[in-house]
Amino acid sequence: MAAKLVQLTINDKEYDIAVQANETLVDVLRYRLGLTGTKKGCGQGDCGSCTVIMDGNTVNSCLVLAVQANGSRITTIEGLESEEGLHPVQKAFIEHGAIQCGFCSSGMILSAKNLLDKNPKPTEGEIRSALSGNLCRCTGYQKIVEAVQSIAK
Amino acid sequence: MGNFEVINSRASRIDSPAKATGSALYVDDIKMPGMLYGAMLQSPVAHARIKSIDVSAAARLPGVKAVVTAKEAGLVKFGVSPARYDETLFCHDKVRHHGDNVAAVAAVDLETAMHALSLIQVDYEELPVLITIEEATAEGAPLVHDGYPRNICAEIHQEFGNVKEAFKECDLIKTTTFVNKRQDAAFIEPQGCIAHFDIFGNLTLYSSTQSVHYVQRTVAMVLGLPIGKVRVVKPYVGAGFGPKAAANHLEPAACLLSMKTGKPVKMNFEREQVFMHSRGRHQFFHKFTTGVKKDGTIMGLDHECYLNGGAYTSFGIGTVYYAGSLLGGPYKLRNMKYDGYRVYTNLPACGAQRGHGGVAARAGWEQQLDMIAEELGMDPFDLRQKNMLVAGDVTCNGLKISSFGMPECLEAVRSGSDWKSKKGKLPRGKGIGMACGFFESGAGYPSYPSDTYHDTVLVKLAEDGGSALVLSASAEIGQGSDTALAMIVAEGLGIPLEMVRVQSGDTDFGVDLGAHSSRQTLMTGHAAKEAAEDARRQVIEVLSEELKTSAQDMDIKNGVVKFKMEKPDFTPLRTRYIKEHRGWLDNPATDDELSFREASRIAFLSRGTIVGKGKYKPPVPGGSSKGATVGTSPAYGCSAQVVELSVDEETGKITIEQMTDAHDCGLAINRTSVEAQMQGSFSMGLGEALFEEVKFDSKGRLINGDLAEYKIPSCLDMPKIKSIIVESNEPNGPYGAKEVGEGAIMPTIPAILNAVYDAVGVRIYELPMTPERICTAIKEYKEKRIDAEYEDQSKRNRAGSSIRLYD
Repeated sequence: MAAKLVQLTINDKEYDIAVQANETLVDVLRYRLGLTGTKKGCGQGDCGSCTVIMDGNTVNSCLVLAVQANGSRITTIEGLESEEGLHPVQKAFIEHGAIQCGFCSSGMILSAKNLLDKNPKPTEGEIRSALSGNLCRCTGYQKIVEAVQSIAK
Repeated sequence: MGNFEVINSRASRIDSPAKATGSALYVDDIKMPGMLYGAMLQSPVAHARIKSIDVSAAARLPGVKAVVTAKEAGLVKFGVSPARYDETLFCHDKVRHHGDNVAAVAAVDLETAMHALSLIQVDYEELPVLITIEEATAEGAPLVHDGYPRNICAEIHQEFGNVKEAFKECDLIKTTTFVNKRQDAAFIEPQGCIAHFDIFGNLTLYSSTQSVHYVQRTVAMVLGLPIGKVRVVKPYVGAGFGPKAAANHLEPAACLLSMKTGKPVKMNFEREQVFMHSRGRHQFFHKFTTGVKKDGTIMGLDHECYLNGGAYTSFGIGTVYYAGSLLGGPYKLRNMKYDGYRVYTNLPACGAQRGHGGVAARAGWEQQLDMIAEELGMDPFDLRQKNMLVAGDVTCNGLKISSFGMPECLEAVRSGSDWKSKKGKLPRGKGIGMACGFFESGAGYPSYPSDTYHDTVLVKLAEDGGSALVLSASAEIGQGSDTALAMIVAEGLGIPLEMVRVQSGDTDFGVDLGAHSSRQTLMTGHAAKEAAEDARRQVIEVLSEELKTSAQDMDIKNGVVKFKMEKPDFTPLRTRYIKEHRGWLDNPATDDELSFREASRIAFLSRGTIVGKGKYKPPVPGGSSKGATVGTSPAYGCSAQVVELSVDEETGKITIEQMTDAHDCGLAINRTSVEAQMQGSFSMGLGEALFEEVKFDSKGRLINGDLAEYKIPSCLDMPKIKSIIVESNEPNGPYGAKEVGEGAIMPTIPAILNAVYDAVGVRIYELPMTPERICTAIKEYKEKRIDAEYEDQSKRNRAGSSIRLYD
């Protein structure tokens, strides 16, 4: 299979990378670039643990081919922390006990961030709807919803 | 409750910053130089004789570094309980379920490894496939394992008291049945591991496990290695809920491949393989006959249960015992008979999952108690309250109840849900239901017969003072054990939580049976407390020598040495400390109190590294009858839940609207984590109640091995939960703590069942409560009601239940 050169802007940093045609974005992030904060729980778009923000929308990065992402701006969990410290969603998740095993947390935090970027004061229903593509088996979602509500006020 | 500095608070979890930033490393995040990728060849059929295996083409494929089968792995049998070691690393004579392991390959990359698998030729001679208990136990059915006639893997017959005699005194005897479906634990991180056999013959295995100890023993035994040469390390783990408490086949396979190649080998399960290989909840077929007096006194339970165990035993011996023994509480059950059967079939093996063995039993029986309450004209709360155990009781099967905040739990959910104004008063289609639960705080025995300590902990004080390092082989899998242990050690040493670091999940740090049976907080917690107190004692002893002050007159609190009598002159100690730290910016001010940092530095200067040691082994539990030891524990948690829901009678869809939960966890070490366990338990129970079911076709092949077709609760399925912590101060727990991780799931399914009945008048005897099942039940109920009205019968007759008065 011939490799194809793609250009990705990940967490404000530009990458030129030769990928195989069948290589998924999650595999490129995790295994090529070492951005292992993006998790892989099912590989078929069911669990949401590989969620990243691509051009302003959350996507399951296991369902996006790296070649499809060519030219895109991507935010992964590693891109949330800034010079001011942790992102407010990260802080809220820590403070509210919204993290247990942590395997869904990267994707969950990015889904919450993307919601709040677009809708700073979501209702509980809007929060639940926005997070419904991210499965969590540990928390029962309550503390996650509470964490998001705490910054949506 | 005592006055605590650290515990019994809402501390931020010590692992959450790493998890929130994506820097926490899980096993698949780890990469090693020269690492190979392994993959397993798994059986495409559920039951077949292996006539031949030809790996030559696979071995010749460029990039393939090793191919192993039973020929290389040997035939050492393993499992969970030595009484039923019935698995080998690879099948050699036959395969027993779809996905059974036949061979493994290590190659330079995963793609090559997968390609190599496709080149392995296995000649199978198919055998009849046994899916159901009826098929497996039928006369003349083929045997899944030789030596187990009628495929009965385990059979339990227990009687405590005399049920037959007790029933003679009863006014009402009721029989109902109940069946759940196989549930998958559906942790979001699939199992994976990396094995590295180095040139010195040391094997290090990184694995997504709940118990480094059991994995270490299994790997050493299967591969014939000295146990001292095998180190198992648990990186961050994406939850487990039970199945990860036993070794899986990836672990010894990766180790063997690493031994063959001398390279690190990584192996992962795909999601479908998680469904095939992680041993989750069994399917249970229960039949309960309960006798009560008119006043509601429960006199006896006659309980029969069949478990579809799948092809191997795994935790199944424990499961079949727990299915009986956990009904010994929370009620005063004077007489209990239990006949349990675990049956081998050609489905993937089942094992332990949250609420091990007890969840379906609890669901079916709590529903029956609800029916009994109704027939006696009692409120379901009153029936339960009347029969509730109290602290100090010993159940008929020998479980010793040392603390029991059940009255508080009942009261909390009764008032918290506004039960009185809702029960029987909601409009049709809306319902409210309640149930209770009960679970152990760690098993009384390890899974292999042994006098081993169940947990050891070391607390090592930093030589320069200033912090304490907790070393433990316990397993933080998301439940919060690292934080709980750090809090316990901080409390025990008398220092702030920020001064404690935890390194856990490594067999190099000691023995710990791991995260299962709700044991870490109580059992490892005991060892941690002892270790912390031991370290503190050593520091105080040195201070006593140096300051000529009695040890009894000193204490350490919040990082400061407290003198109960007159404060001695500790200037010489401070001078020594500061002398060693010239140029440092954070040296203690002269007028301050003597800090722990200085004290622990002085202790090091006097004695060398200060290491506190702790250990724990539960007191030898009672139990007179065979197997009555399963379920014994130093302490029991208990809980009550109220669920409010609505049922759409047109579509059969159930919407859970509100849930009120109270759990007695002894003393809450970390209140936030306790609530988190309660809420997570409810979500797993809700899934099992409403939609979770692992399905197989008629040939035993998995048909819904993914998280789209096997649905677990999403954010939209969960109601608002009111979590109420009840604290009873458990005498056998560290600082009074006991379990919350599993007991909290117990009342969930029956509370939903009872609320469905309250809403639409139907009793459901088979899970999950899919819209189809609810619609069918409502239809039958309406037809029966019409018939009943026609025949002018006053009593409603419901399917699945029979009522008879004892003459």
